[in-house]
Amino acid sequence: MSTKSALRPRYLKLHAALVFAFLFAPIVVLVVFSFNKAKSGTSWSGFSTRWYSSLAHNHDALQAFRNTLKVAFIATLFATVIGTLAAFALTRFRFRGRSAYSTLIFISLVMPEIVMGISLTAFFRRFAHVDLSIRTVIAAHITFCIAFVVVVVKARLTAFDNRLVEAAADLGATPFQAFLRVVLPLAAPGIFAGAMLAFTISLDDVVITSFTAGPGSTTLPLYIFGQLRFGVSPSINALSTIVLLSSLVLLAIGGYFSVRAARRGAGAIDATALG
Amino acid sequence: MDEGQDGLSEIEVEARPPPPPRRRRLPDWITGNLLLLPTSVWFLFLLVIPTLLVVAYSLGQRGVITPVRFSWGHLNFSNYNLALNPLFLPIFTRSIAYALVSTIACVLLGFPLAYWIARFGGRFRNVYLVLVIIPFLTSYLIRMYAWQFILQRNGLLNSVLGAIGLGNDHTFLNTHFAVILGLTYGFLPFMILPLYASIERMDKSLVEASYDLGHGKTSTLFRVIIPTVSPGLIAGILLVFIPAVGDFVTPELLGGVKTQMFGNTVYDQFGSGNNWPLGSAMSVLLMMLILLGVFVYLWRVGEEAL
Repeated sequence: MSTKSALRPRYLKLHAALVFAFLFAPIVVLVVFSFNKAKSGTSWSGFSTRWYSSLAHNHDALQAFRNTLKVAFIATLFATVIGTLAAFALTRFRFRGRSAYSTLIFISLVMPEIVMGISLTAFFRRFAHVDLSIRTVIAAHITFCIAFVVVVVKARLTAFDNRLVEAAADLGATPFQAFLRVVLPLAAPGIFAGAMLAFTISLDDVVITSFTAGPGSTTLPLYIFGQLRFGVSPSINALSTIVLLSSLVLLAIGGYFSVRAARRGAGAIDATALG
Repeated sequence: MDEGQDGLSEIEVEARPPPPPRRRRLPDWITGNLLLLPTSVWFLFLLVIPTLLVVAYSLGQRGVITPVRFSWGHLNFSNYNLALNPLFLPIFTRSIAYALVSTIACVLLGFPLAYWIARFGGRFRNVYLVLVIIPFLTSYLIRMYAWQFILQRNGLLNSVLGAIGLGNDHTFLNTHFAVILGLTYGFLPFMILPLYASIERMDKSLVEASYDLGHGKTSTLFRVIIPTVSPGLIAGILLVFIPAVGDFVTPELLGGVKTQMFGNTVYDQFGSGNNWPLGSAMSVLLMMLILLGVFVYLWRVGEEAL
């Protein structure tokens, strides 16, 4: 069949290799040059970790890092709870107005960051009259994270076999018991994936944060963005490398737990079926 | 049937034998709306009211003491005139052009890759997928910064070109090329992932059948494969075009005055330009453009895609 294929595998393979090189080359360059001794330029002048040790004494960067984690944790927690409830409502219950909710969630998903940023700054400053602070940043992050959680959890629940709930009910489970022992364990990987997505998106946000952050609530992306106005510097390379590595670690942890949650979900169903 | 007061779903109705008597359950519309209550309240205050505020601002006037002054009684569309006048219109068309070219580049780069992973990935398929997901989940800002590092005047690309005797003083930043490259690079994974999902689901005997019925390679690609994977293709196009057209980070880091896009201009109006009504009008125009795209998507793919 391969000789008959409209797209020949040999060329496709070459194309794939080139696209992967395109995707990873800039990241690799950045990481490599974060270990460059020279202060400026891109000629290699020897291996050094001085830019990393200088970061340890950079209070602004450390404070920005703490702010970023705080915002991402709190926003993810709220967005995951709110978004999961919405996803359950939209997949497991039939009622009028469902598509209106779906549309609202879809709009928040496609709204450009710049538009959400200005609308929130207008809301906080001119309508609600609150001072911009880390709280307004968290509120803004919850707003754009909810839709991502809903979409991911919904995808998991749509693929869900409702006969399992029927079976639980036939075996005498109350709707609440069935929810707790059957639906929730099966949905867990989706909820976890949604939370991970919300967390990474929150970690990365520049535009909306820049419109909602006040004095003292600078996040790491905002700090990096501000530093870039003064031009490229090796300590930004080092900081970027740390951020890249943290998201890789996060991805690995996420992958590990979602596989485990998937197994545990299946286990819970076995237990329910047997019990 | 959608809101059966007895709370039975369609599957329950079909079940045989009749279900055993069960405890009283709240009707679906009550439970559903209760579960959606936090979302509704949150979105009312932090999405709907702020958006309406921007629409209202777009009809106001630039104030001296407050950013926006309203003259109630007559609607003021002057900001829209200003947003579409010859000073700002090029920014509009440039943003759309950049986003379109990047979207096309993403299709050309992403489609063959997605096809290869789905059909010829073999047992390493998941590894290749993770290789697409890693850039998808790593910081967009940092990935754009990496390009700035490579493309700047004393950057890596000029050093490499100089070393092989092609001159080391080329200008790459602040060009159309740099911004389109950045947007393509930034949003390529958004194209590959939905395309992959569609191609993976495609029945490969369709391709066989097309050959057996005498179609050539090109004909099979355009008349069988692309129509079959069109939901993924359309989703990918929207997932690239929508964030690209409103992007702020890429033109800011890789572009300059000549390559200003929507995002930068709106940002400036809420910052140094200090013209909130004009920035709001531009945002409303941008939102209308995007909603147009979304409606086309819903009309083509259907509402269940939500």
